Amino acid sequence: MKKLWITLTYAVFLVLLIAPLVRIFSGSWAEGWDGFIEALTRPQSLHALWMTFLIVIIVTALNTLFGVMLAIYLVRADWLGRRMKQLLNSIVDLPFAVSPVIGGLMIVLLLGPNTIIGTFFEDIGFKVVYAMPGMIIATLFVTFPMMVREVMPVLQEIGSQQEEAASTLGAYSWYTFWHVTWPSIRWGVIYGVVLTVARSMGEFGAVLVVSGNIINKTQTATTLVYQDVENFNIVAANSVALVLAAISIGLLLLMEWAKKRKEVH
Amino acid sequence: MHIEVSGLNKSFGDFHAVRDVSFSIEKGHLIGLLGPSGGGKTSILRMLAGLETPSSGDIVFHGKRVNDLPPQERGIGFVFQNYALFKHMTVYDNVAFGLKIKKFSKSQIRDRVMELVELTGLKGFEHRYPHQLSGGQRQRVAFARALAPEPQLLLLDEPFAAIDAKIRQELRTWLKEMIERVGITSIFVTHDQDEAIEVADEIMIINKGRLEQKGSPWDIYKSPQTQFVASFIGESTIVEDVSKLKGFEEAAGWPGAQALIRPEFIEVGKPGEFRLQSATEQGKVKHLHFRGSEWMVEVEVGSITLITYRSLEKEVLHPGDEVRVLVHRAYMFNQSDSWMMENRLKEDPMPIHI
Amino acid sequence: MNYMLRSRWWSFGFRSAIMLYFIILIVLPILGVYTQSFSLGWAPFWESVSDPLAWKAVLLTIRLALIATVINVLIGTMIGWVLIRYRFFGRRILNSLVDLPFALPTAVGGLMILLLLGPGSFVGDAAQRLGFEIVFHEPAIVIAMLFVTFPFVIRAVQPLLEEMDKAEEEAAYTLGASKAKTFLRVIFPTMLPGILSGAMLAFSRGLAEFGAVVLVAGNIPGKTLIASVYIFGEVESDNPQGAAAVSIILLTLSFLILWLLNVIQSRRSGV
Repeated sequence: MKKLWITLTYAVFLVLLIAPLVRIFSGSWAEGWDGFIEALTRPQSLHALWMTFLIVIIVTALNTLFGVMLAIYLVRADWLGRRMKQLLNSIVDLPFAVSPVIGGLMIVLLLGPNTIIGTFFEDIGFKVVYAMPGMIIATLFVTFPMMVREVMPVLQEIGSQQEEAASTLGAYSWYTFWHVTWPSIRWGVIYGVVLTVARSMGEFGAVLVVSGNIINKTQTATTLVYQDVENFNIVAANSVALVLAAISIGLLLLMEWAKKRKEVH
Repeated sequence: MHIEVSGLNKSFGDFHAVRDVSFSIEKGHLIGLLGPSGGGKTSILRMLAGLETPSSGDIVFHGKRVNDLPPQERGIGFVFQNYALFKHMTVYDNVAFGLKIKKFSKSQIRDRVMELVELTGLKGFEHRYPHQLSGGQRQRVAFARALAPEPQLLLLDEPFAAIDAKIRQELRTWLKEMIERVGITSIFVTHDQDEAIEVADEIMIINKGRLEQKGSPWDIYKSPQTQFVASFIGESTIVEDVSKLKGFEEAAGWPGAQALIRPEFIEVGKPGEFRLQSATEQGKVKHLHFRGSEWMVEVEVGSITLITYRSLEKEVLHPGDEVRVLVHRAYMFNQSDSWMMENRLKEDPMPIHI
Repeated sequence: MNYMLRSRWWSFGFRSAIMLYFIILIVLPILGVYTQSFSLGWAPFWESVSDPLAWKAVLLTIRLALIATVINVLIGTMIGWVLIRYRFFGRRILNSLVDLPFALPTAVGGLMILLLLGPGSFVGDAAQRLGFEIVFHEPAIVIAMLFVTFPFVIRAVQPLLEEMDKAEEEAAYTLGASKAKTFLRVIFPTMLPGILSGAMLAFSRGLAEFGAVVLVAGNIPGKTLIASVYIFGEVESDNPQGAAAVSIILLTLSFLILWLLNVIQSRRSGV
């Protein structure tokens, strides 16, 4: 019985995860090393990877900063009533329930060229939708819960006593945060960062809607893969996808490592 | 530090945790806040520390109102129930924390930390982390950490609650000595009456958010001012209708009054053991429990069951034995008042003058 | 005192800024969709929603997401169990691999399925010879949903199994329960809350999925066009109001699921 279950598990993994992964690797070598390099060094590939890189950096930085602070407020702040806290707490999860396409649509509806805010920004020479800012906002929206959800349980678990102890010893909030709170939540934050990086790198639906997917302008790595597939340029799609998959696997290893460190501390 | 608290109140939503508490504490005293769990003791302590804001009332340190002062500026040391040691710091860094904030020099910090480490008997453990220490050692670290910045007032929240019974005894004596040696005004919270009686110079009994009584352990034991205090401190039996007992007939004059009788107010024995037979009452031994150094005797007098102790030196009683029972005195309580009533028959009706 | 007053103002400004950021980023866009879809009144809203292509897309999405969820519950429960209870070669690697669909861009996931099962591939050709189609038909959509929602049930079941006291199971054995009975009466009820919440997360993610599906579905209106792709099409054809109308059906459904999940979880932690 036990053997059967283990075999079945292996079978599912093999069919659902490992086979597709192997296929991506073999697919991008279909035209050899040269084909792979050529697909990657196309100007639009380089530009798309650069855009993805920028978005990942900016979104991760903003989400980490605001996510950690919001988590601290949601767990510790007494000035928010209990009810208010519960409400905010459930709002944090909303982006999880929103389809990325809808997430993108929201940004277009709110900041698009036909809206009041959109025209205002356009007038002062700042394009939001179909440009970088919109893509960043869309990705921020989609990845917002990651950090908050990683840090909140850690904060709840360590409790507020160590922080109170620090305050009776004369430490103010900034000092307390860096010397007492941070060492405890550090691994949770790092785990959250890895998750946010993975998700913002892989974000597709929201970015596709907001960016308009303009080659060499607003195209990211994932939307480039989509466009290559639509144009039946499978080898090119494969090569970019391979780069993304390799990074994802690296992130996965990082996640494992962070998880282990998180458990130790 | 001299502490003056007046009209202190604290509510958490609908829950009135502390009601109109006022007291003052002399410099250098060691005070025990005693009462059942959830009675508001910890809230009072946390308000003194500035970790909680009073709903109303004043807290005055040294003649200066400190209500609006954050904990950082109150000059207090706080020992938490679970110690709240910084778990990613060594013993040394834990103790040094408060000194680093005060921007002491490196060498000053080292001197002060080593002094405290030695004082608390933690020498050789400076480079351990909290999870490598026993409960008693962690408690000492918490104590050393709180004392390091030389606070004027030391607050301890259930300092012995998380320690095994065996070491607890030892630590109590140690803590009392240590506080006396440092000479710092200290307040500790406990729900264990033995602990409060043994360690504190003065006890404040807190129940349902109210201060029931404040005084030395002996005063509180000897003359409790409320029924709660009398029943909380020491052992006792509550007797609904004490006028049935010999010598307390006049209690019938206060209908509704209850009597509280401590074991040491009662003597039991064979008829020959009493000088004043007339004041004793017929009773029957119900149960005997061996308590290590004495017998605990449950004795039935009419419909009333009383509890007392009997020395091992005296003749051994057996369940079912007919005995004489002498009740020396009882605390009487009614809705508004409490008073002591002596056994009237103990006054020899026919004194023999020599 | 002056210093304190100033720091109070600082902290007030600071926390307001955080809250404002939060509200603007999350709440405002969601409200925006709801107001936009009713911006022209009820009639246009109703018209957008009652377009047969629209409601067919929504129904198709719900149906396929349900199928994917059921399959997920079965294999997820099994894998969660196997990975926690059995010690075997490669267990740790498999356990890390569970999260792969979370880490992998969904478009890459879609491409993988396309390559593996699409025309010209070994499996695709074999299936075609047997007379049924995978890619650009419903099975491919289910597989794509299955792939992206794969970790949910497993990750929800695992902690419960880990927490479960082995003694409970042993107690059942000493009371004479057979292995099957013990599983059904003791172990399964322990796993059930995890299975349920994992299933709901998987379902709501399945409803929302776009990247993996759009590449393999073929997107034939009325046949393999799912809701999120339909919305995308409406946006592309410059009909934001219609896109918003279908969006709020999907959104409301997802919010309901999320709310239910919250209720279940709070009840569980309450007990």
